[in-house]
Amino acid sequence: MITLNHYLALASILFCIGIYGVLTRRNAISVLMSIELMFNAANINFIAFSKFITPVFLTGQVFAVFVITIAAAEATVALAIVILIYRHHKEINVDKINFLKW
Amino acid sequence: MESSVQSAVFYILSAIIVGSAILVVTLKNIFHSLLFLVLTFFSIAGIYVLLHAEFIAAVQVLIYVGAITVLLIFAIMMTAQIYSPVLRQTNEQVIPGLIIVGVLLITTLIVLGNTAWRVSEKLPETQSIVTIGKSLLTTYVLPFEVVSVVLITALISAIIIARRD
Repeated sequence: MITLNHYLALASILFCIGIYGVLTRRNAISVLMSIELMFNAANINFIAFSKFITPVFLTGQVFAVFVITIAAAEATVALAIVILIYRHHKEINVDKINFLKW
Repeated sequence: MESSVQSAVFYILSAIIVGSAILVVTLKNIFHSLLFLVLTFFSIAGIYVLLHAEFIAAVQVLIYVGAITVLLIFAIMMTAQIYSPVLRQTNEQVIPGLIIVGVLLITTLIVLGNTAWRVSEKLPETQSIVTIGKSLLTTYVLPFEVVSVVLITALISAIIIARRD
């Protein structure tokens, strides 16, 4: 029998993998891919709560729709910024993109 | 019987999700890790079907597997520094990152185990699309409209940011 805790554990493992990717990857596009993993972990949480806690109104599924929309918008803008930075600096590794520091 | 089949499907999908997600954050070739990201998205769509969220599963396949993956492929193709085998893809924070992630994961799992969720006994809604559509246009109509404005803003700003001047 799969309970709510199984889904929440899966989502937290996925979220932690995403955090690991954000912390350790150098390529900006890899960082974005890890952020997408974290969005998906949050969505699994929303939909699991939707099934187990609010099965009649499906509030979690409505929120998941919003999360997916915002994730799409975020990916668009972030990739545009990455491409712009690459065009100007010929560099995509985030540990070299520190020109905002000084 | 049905619940054991469900458990088997859940564990298989979870193994695929966790394994390919680890490959996404560890593979050296970014294009390969993107392909494993697609596999992760598909398996998460399977998890949504298991949770009786067919509409979200379809949206997941359309938007994540369709749109966002294509965007990422374009971004990878337009920027260099992908295929070189000598290029380092990880920074020097691997050990601290592993420690932070391990502590966070253990804390989260302990909190999950000790929380008493107020699980509803009602059966899940069978026609989820009808319910989602109704609540998007009644209770959540304001966020719905705001999200459409956010999308058009993101679209225009992406074009303005990325165009050549």
